[in-house]
Amino acid sequence: LAQLVQHLVNAVILGGTYALLGIGLTLIFGIMRVVNFTHGELYAFGAYAVYWLVAGAGVNFFLAIPIAIAAGLLLGALVEYALLRPMRGADIDATMLVMIGAWIVMQNSEMIVWGGVARSIETPFPETPLAVGPVSVSWLRVFAFGVALALIAGAYFLINRTKLGRAMRATFQDSDTAALMGVNIRAIHTATFAIGSGLAAAAGALLGPVFLVEPTMGDLASLKAFAIVILGGLGNITGATIGGFGLALVEEMGAGYVSSGYRDAMGFAIIIAVLLIKPTGLLAKAERVA
Amino acid sequence: MKRGLTALWLLLLATLPLWLQDQYLLHVCIVTGIFVIAAMSLNLLLGYTGQLSLGHVGFFGIGAYASALTATGFDVDIFGHTFVHDPWPGGISFLVGTAAAGLCGYLIGKLSFRVRGAYFVIVTVSFAEVIRIIAVNWVDLTQGPLAITNIPPFALGLPGLGRYAFASKASNYYLMLAAAIASYVIVKRLVGSRIGRAMVALRENESLAVSVGIDVTRYLVLAAVVSAALAGAAGSLYAQYIRIVDPDIFLFIYTVTMVIMVMTGGKGTLAGPVVGGVIFGFVPVIGRSFASPEVQWILYGGLMILIVFLLPQGITPAVSGFFKARFGDARMAPPANGNLVLPDASQAGGR
Repeated sequence: LAQLVQHLVNAVILGGTYALLGIGLTLIFGIMRVVNFTHGELYAFGAYAVYWLVAGAGVNFFLAIPIAIAAGLLLGALVEYALLRPMRGADIDATMLVMIGAWIVMQNSEMIVWGGVARSIETPFPETPLAVGPVSVSWLRVFAFGVALALIAGAYFLINRTKLGRAMRATFQDSDTAALMGVNIRAIHTATFAIGSGLAAAAGALLGPVFLVEPTMGDLASLKAFAIVILGGLGNITGATIGGFGLALVEEMGAGYVSSGYRDAMGFAIIIAVLLIKPTGLLAKAERVA
Repeated sequence: MKRGLTALWLLLLATLPLWLQDQYLLHVCIVTGIFVIAAMSLNLLLGYTGQLSLGHVGFFGIGAYASALTATGFDVDIFGHTFVHDPWPGGISFLVGTAAAGLCGYLIGKLSFRVRGAYFVIVTVSFAEVIRIIAVNWVDLTQGPLAITNIPPFALGLPGLGRYAFASKASNYYLMLAAAIASYVIVKRLVGSRIGRAMVALRENESLAVSVGIDVTRYLVLAAVVSAALAGAAGSLYAQYIRIVDPDIFLFIYTVTMVIMVMTGGKGTLAGPVVGGVIFGFVPVIGRSFASPEVQWILYGGLMILIVFLLPQGITPAVSGFFKARFGDARMAPPANGNLVLPDASQAGGR
């Protein structure tokens, strides 16, 4: 039983960051109808930014994370401005190809700038884990989970309680009508993509220190984000949150009780299962938040 | 005129090993040809039905692994039962590879064409990744990262003539050429038939296609099966030519290469994948002399973005359009957009 509880705790903690990844991606898809293949690269960018700030520039770890998130926001805004703004109105496949091109460029640039070697990030947390009975969790993971929860709450607040959030929801429902009502659709798109990218960078900044940082880490992150988003229904924010925790749970259980080699295949098993049972996503009937 | 040009091209291709002495260039030609077959198979889905398969390398790799395994033999334990498979000759394992990929195409199509939109893309991406993870982890069957080595070459047993193994580069070139021409003819016949017209109709306007009685899902699944089988055939040829298969064959970048080939050449045209395939088959040969692989990939990615921005229809339609405008001779060039039966909404949309 202790083992089961340990797996559950690990799953919940990992799920927080997965939910961040999923919310960012589903936000972008829901509002902009863009299948964002650069999402994983933003995740990798966040992790590398923290690595570079801590190891290269000697910035305090707790300061490095918000800087990395801000840099992710800016990079996202830049990608949207340069590549997606001219593509508005083009069909979904054409935009997808542009995003794939951007993904290749970003990943290989990371490879050149940071090299192909996996790196680990120094953290100020103590080596001894937090132990409650038979369950133990490293302080770093607790910290990552706390920040992830705060960011999820922040994203909900932004979307449901602010003027920008209302404009985003309006654009999601009907962008033409929203434009007629005076919503600046272009600005909303840039903001959406920047926020989604910022969330991906945040996930990377938080998970980077937990795992290793390597240039290809973005690929799996992208695919996992897709799994999460399909699980919750494309464009559904609550679905993405639950999907994030769901994927983490399946991965932890799969790695713990089936085979750790197939850990990363679990997400795709989920995609296939969801498409078989309920193609529109598990939460399709629920209220769409964004 | 056009017939003469085709004959000239065929003559050039057929005599290539006779005058091309450089073995490395011949090798590049063979690999390029194999990728042209894969690009043609992708074009069937992407160009004619409008469905983007981003897991095409999964079908390619399934073909490679299935033919490699049936040709080398294996024994695995599944739930305590030992399955032993003795090696089969190369010609049969080629068919097994093709059929295995086709079967996967059927399952994926059945699964993901229940819904439209981004799902097919995501399912195919995931499929390729799952297959890669299995290839890495199921060491009993696939040798994992150690790779399957010593794959026997493609061999044909002719009654009365004995067996002929395609071991030399020149013979592999002709094998590839025959397969490429066969694939071209298959795609051409399929696209020119009722089925092909139905596919284009549903690409252009699905609700209209449904309203005139086209069973959309059935045709989409059919396209997926044929496309996957052709990709599997290309994979089998690749395995039997290179004679070693490892999980790196599933790298996403190969799918991207195929997509770039189709998009550059012109999706939805018969000549497109050939033109794009030849260009991008030889670009790395030229590129590798002055740029590192990372820089090459950055160029690939940048080129992909530029093509979508500047030549959304690809090179072939642009070139044939140019010839039409210049000489007013439509026979010179293939039709700009396959068999256009309905107003093309995607072209009319502002870019």
